[in-house]
Amino acid sequence: MTVQASTARAVADVESVAPQDADGRARAARALAGRVGGVWLVGVILPVLLAAGWELAVAGGFANGRLMPPPSQIWGELVRLAASGELWTHLLTTLWRVLAGFAVGAIAGTLAGLLTGASGLARQALDPTIQALRAIPSIAWVPLFILWLGIFEASKVALIAVGVFFPVYLGVMGAIGSIDRKLVEVGRVFRLGRVQMATRVLLPAVLPEWVISLRSGLGLGFMFVVAAEFMGASEGLGYLLVDGQQLGKPAQILAAIITFAILGKLCDQALVLATRPLLAWRDTVRARL
Amino acid sequence: MLTFANLTKTYAGGGAAALSQVDLAVQAGEIAAIVGGSGCGKTTLLRLTAGLDQASSGFIEIDGDRVTAPHPAIGIVFQEPRLLPWLTVRDNVAFGLGDQPRAARRQRADEALERVGLAGYGDRWPRELSGGQQQRVAIARALAPRPKALLLDEPFSALDAFTRASLHDHLLALWEESRPTVVIVTHDVEEAVTLGDRIIVMQPRPGHIYEEIPVDLPRPRDRMSPNFDAAKRRVLKALDNSLNPQHPPGQTAPAGGALWW
Repeated sequence: MTVQASTARAVADVESVAPQDADGRARAARALAGRVGGVWLVGVILPVLLAAGWELAVAGGFANGRLMPPPSQIWGELVRLAASGELWTHLLTTLWRVLAGFAVGAIAGTLAGLLTGASGLARQALDPTIQALRAIPSIAWVPLFILWLGIFEASKVALIAVGVFFPVYLGVMGAIGSIDRKLVEVGRVFRLGRVQMATRVLLPAVLPEWVISLRSGLGLGFMFVVAAEFMGASEGLGYLLVDGQQLGKPAQILAAIITFAILGKLCDQALVLATRPLLAWRDTVRARL
Repeated sequence: MLTFANLTKTYAGGGAAALSQVDLAVQAGEIAAIVGGSGCGKTTLLRLTAGLDQASSGFIEIDGDRVTAPHPAIGIVFQEPRLLPWLTVRDNVAFGLGDQPRAARRQRADEALERVGLAGYGDRWPRELSGGQQQRVAIARALAPRPKALLLDEPFSALDAFTRASLHDHLLALWEESRPTVVIVTHDVEEAVTLGDRIIVMQPRPGHIYEEIPVDLPRPRDRMSPNFDAAKRRVLKALDNSLNPQHPPGQTAPAGGALWW
């Protein structure tokens, strides 16, 4: 439910109470605030307190805030970067890299997971190799990717794709292995062929776990885009981080970190919203991811 | 007609045969109810008939056609509804109608739903239905492709007594319409006598047919009538004997046989 809807309902409730006196009105207002904001406001208290405390400490001269700038400075830096257009250039570059790597890694991971999950022979032949590759810290590929693919976009996208591939692969393969045999038998009773069994039974059955593996893959994609941009980039949020370090601009580093947090959260939310219609059928404790 | 000839099934790993040399012929339109103690092979018999497992020797035929894999003329309802949770009720019923155009599929599914008393439930998700309703959807799904034979594996065992009785009536009404051959496995003697034209009592280790008891009562059957009771007693007695084949001489058989399972 949207906040708007709940506000509207809460307002309607308040109006229906029609308090006669100021005391009643105040009580109703408290009830309204509690119902609308209470749920997520609780989680905001701690960061707001910390930020306000730091702001006051710097303003009052108890700390100098040079290495850990107060929120007002970080905000100012964000506004400056946004106004000059720099922020958007860096943000879009990073977003493009993550999405391109995510697309490649997710598609490859899903197909490989389907293959090894559904076929015992493919699992025996491929899975040990893939697991061995997974044991390599992905950052270790960086020098090789640069030699192979050059210093520009291709090597960065490849690194991100590698990071996204493994959680998606593992998720899909594991999910297929844990599909209820009883549902597969329903497919057999109605004489489904291999392709039909995959599209009508196996794929829908693994959808919830697939979405979860995509989400952890996307999270790793953001992790690896930073690594990729550290290894040499002239654009991107990761570049802003390195640049801020080299030029001693902590406010810029923190502004980039906050942008990362917001961008990552928005991408995750978009993924959840895009896949929600596929999962409306579930009968689980928490219907929402 | 559903024919079982010298049917034997031994599972990998050895041990006694789950099913040993079963010979049985179920006439077209007949309702055969299979009862027996645990391990007597009644579920194995049904799985072989559904083509989900392979017989070790012997064979099953439906109207002269060998059953070695799931057969289009045989439908099955499992102990659990086994609805696909990601399909609506209508799409679940239409699951076995893949070879037909979309409109016809939808119409057949809605007809089948109406026959099990669930018209108007087509757009719901399976999770929104009660256990009895889900099992009715499973029956509709099995009947939608109009099979010649319908297999039921303890289909009502998870339901309460009232729901079970109403589903018996539903099932008999459906059977009246197209008169498929029905093989129902149950551990409920009353259910067997309510539904069956013939009760097949099976005995374990190895699973085989112990006794066949015809039930010659007109339908609808009155569960309170003396004839119904007599048939029930006969089945209970046979079950009791099947589970205690050779008690030592001098020791009397346990009374009643109510605890045969």
